[in-house]
Amino acid sequence: MTGARTLLISAFLGLALWQAVVMITGLPRFILPGPALVAETMWKSRALLAENALVTMTEVLIGLVLGTLLGAVSAIALAGSRTVRHLVRPLLVFSQAIPVFALAPILTLWFGYGLGSKIVMALIIIYFPVTSSFLDALLLPHHDWVGLARVMGASRARVMWHIRIPAALPGLASGLRLAAVYAPIGAIIGEWVGSSKGLGYLMLLANGRAKTDLMFAALVVLAVLTVLLHAAVGWGARTLLERR
Amino acid sequence: MGHGLDPVKDAPSLVLKGSAAFDGTPLFADLSFTAPGGCWTCLLGPSGVGKSTILRLLAGLAEGATFTGRMQAGDGGPLQGRIALMAQDDLLLPWLTVEANVTLGARLRGETPDRVRVGQVLEQVGLGDLAARRPSELSGGQRQRAALARTLMEDRAIVLLDEPFSALDARTRARMQELTAATLAGRTVLLVTHDPGEAARLGDKIVVMTEAGLHDLPPPPGAVPRPVGDPDTLTVQARLLEILRKDETCAPLTT
Repeated sequence: MTGARTLLISAFLGLALWQAVVMITGLPRFILPGPALVAETMWKSRALLAENALVTMTEVLIGLVLGTLLGAVSAIALAGSRTVRHLVRPLLVFSQAIPVFALAPILTLWFGYGLGSKIVMALIIIYFPVTSSFLDALLLPHHDWVGLARVMGASRARVMWHIRIPAALPGLASGLRLAAVYAPIGAIIGEWVGSSKGLGYLMLLANGRAKTDLMFAALVVLAVLTVLLHAAVGWGARTLLERR
Repeated sequence: MGHGLDPVKDAPSLVLKGSAAFDGTPLFADLSFTAPGGCWTCLLGPSGVGKSTILRLLAGLAEGATFTGRMQAGDGGPLQGRIALMAQDDLLLPWLTVEANVTLGARLRGETPDRVRVGQVLEQVGLGDLAARRPSELSGGQRQRAALARTLMEDRAIVLLDEPFSALDARTRARMQELTAATLAGRTVLLVTHDPGEAARLGDKIVVMTEAGLHDLPPPPGAVPRPVGDPDTLTVQARLLEILRKDETCAPLTT
């Protein structure tokens, strides 16, 4: 209960600080709208926000699922073969050196103006943290368990399936928690570069029309959804770990 | 000594003759070690003398060590697939239930676990009611009993025990020694230990390994496990400790 209370208190403090800055500086509402105005806009534009939030969350969730599947499969393949690891690991790191922003226009060209390019964008942005943290956990030696398994006559594949993968699931879970925060960033970047729906699109549109309050409203919705997604993924991962 | 399983017939002896080195540094040279079939051999020695290396070589797990010589079962057969291993750490997988841990070997070989036998083995080690528990919900003694059940489930003629009782408290250790002796009767058991009392209680054959090499010491009379207070066993225990201590103080300096 104390956790919830401190969360409320810190949220209240943040809002109070925001309101204080608005009142002290006297900035016009199209530069910095106060929390009260943003709340009012959120309520008035709830249908618009909900419709666009649904689009963004669809992109995020599909990207999250596909990115996790792809990342998990890659990590297992990399952990299973030293050759694959030596060949592919440098490529993985190199791919991380390319800013995702730079890829967005080309992805829009390849995967279209709709959901596809945003899903790919979310997928790309979470692929590395998922693969990397799962792989690191898969590569832990576990000498004693693996030795016992070898005396029992286990093949490498079965050691992987029965020992390495279950032992590495906490690593996958921490990659997933990161992914839950990163995936919305990918989707939003995709929407900025080219779209006609979604919270990213709405922010860009509101900004262009000096509807700063609406932009802030969309931003708050996105932030709250991201926090909820992070919490949901964390809960799901914990539940899975307990039942593995 | 009622064990509900078929005792292993014709458990072979274990033979290791040769030298081992680790990264070019000799671990031991011209060692000749034999564990007779169907009984308990205790290999006693101080820490770091290489007794665990012998066990790991036999198990095929001595990574980085190179062995030159002969290492086989006394009947001329291979060792691979005929050995079960139990270590100081229970090595239970924390995400599996006791039952799933006990049947791990079968699943690792792609076989279907024999559910009736699991039940019998768990009963035999007194864990019948705890089959669905996770290792974290067990006491140290219970965890080591689960490890014993896993070893029994493997049903191998040769069992290698790497100080499996050393992390247990005195009472639990004595009980585990008796339970293990009863359930592994008829198999070829090699117990590596640094505890003279354990060697005196459990050894049909007792081999002391020191820096100077291997010495056989006649075991006390009587079948294993010998009673804790048995005078002959205590005498042998004292004698073993003397040998260990003498060798430590008078260890030959690279002569």
